[in-house]
Amino acid sequence: MIDFIRQPWPWYVAGPVIGLTVPLLLLVGNKTLGISSSLRHICAMCLPAKIPFLKYNWKDYLWNIYFVVGLLIGGFIAGVLLQPVHVMPLSDATWQNLQALGVSKQNGILPVEVYSWAHLLTWKHLIITVGGGFLVGFGTRYLGGCTSGHGIAGISMMQWPSLLATVLFFLGGILTANFILPLLLK
Amino acid sequence: MKSDAVSWFRMQEMFHFQGFQLFGIFITGIASSALGIFIIKKFNIKTIDGEPVKIDKKEFNWGYVYGSLLFGVGWGLTGACPGPIYVQIGSGLSIAVVTLLSALAGTWVYSYLKPRLPH
Repeated sequence: MIDFIRQPWPWYVAGPVIGLTVPLLLLVGNKTLGISSSLRHICAMCLPAKIPFLKYNWKDYLWNIYFVVGLLIGGFIAGVLLQPVHVMPLSDATWQNLQALGVSKQNGILPVEVYSWAHLLTWKHLIITVGGGFLVGFGTRYLGGCTSGHGIAGISMMQWPSLLATVLFFLGGILTANFILPLLLK
Repeated sequence: MKSDAVSWFRMQEMFHFQGFQLFGIFITGIASSALGIFIIKKFNIKTIDGEPVKIDKKEFNWGYVYGSLLFGVGWGLTGACPGPIYVQIGSGLSIAVVTLLSALAGTWVYSYLKPRLPH
């Protein structure tokens, strides 16, 4: 049993595990799955600074904060406690693309050539990490959701604006990964 | 974490259409969620407080277009949407705190600029 948990999970296990949180949250109290809103709640908690968008009773959304604490714990359990038995193989074609950009084949979820304290302080890497992170925060609030809230919850709830959003942010991601990122990493 | 849904490398694979893993997660995630919601509606299942389940209809605004594209660029660069950032930090990658702080900054600046942005 523990061995199964230590193996990497196939998509047909992970997908339903993630997807079922949507109806579960609805049943617990009409909560809609959404993670990007946690960024707004944290801003409202820490630095509202008279900004109208941040002046609301964030305490109504404490469940959201508990949810992301759950994400932290989940990451800890999966990444630290349950040391993986072996790593899921990535396609060779992807490794070849990445190696051409200076990212070596490695285990782990973030490329150390870009995402490490040692390598962070170059313009290219700062644009990717800080700039990229900034756009994630800015874009998700502008859009009012992210891959969880719109991509999974929104589409399964038949909301057509969510479908539009999902198509567009996939487009943004594809264009960036195929054109902008290589430009930055070269 | 277990399924590489938070892996920058997997995102690159997905955006280059070189692998199915993440697409599989999305598709089964949406399908299982839709099935759960269908069952709730069909059998009129109530919340644990006894209230009817209520799904508000989303309204379109231009934020959906601009925000999605901007988020998409950020996603392509960092390989992370908000959820994975927390998972990465939990798994011991302290560098992901930089991503989180940057995302918080982005959210804060958006909140500040919101009245002046096209919606």
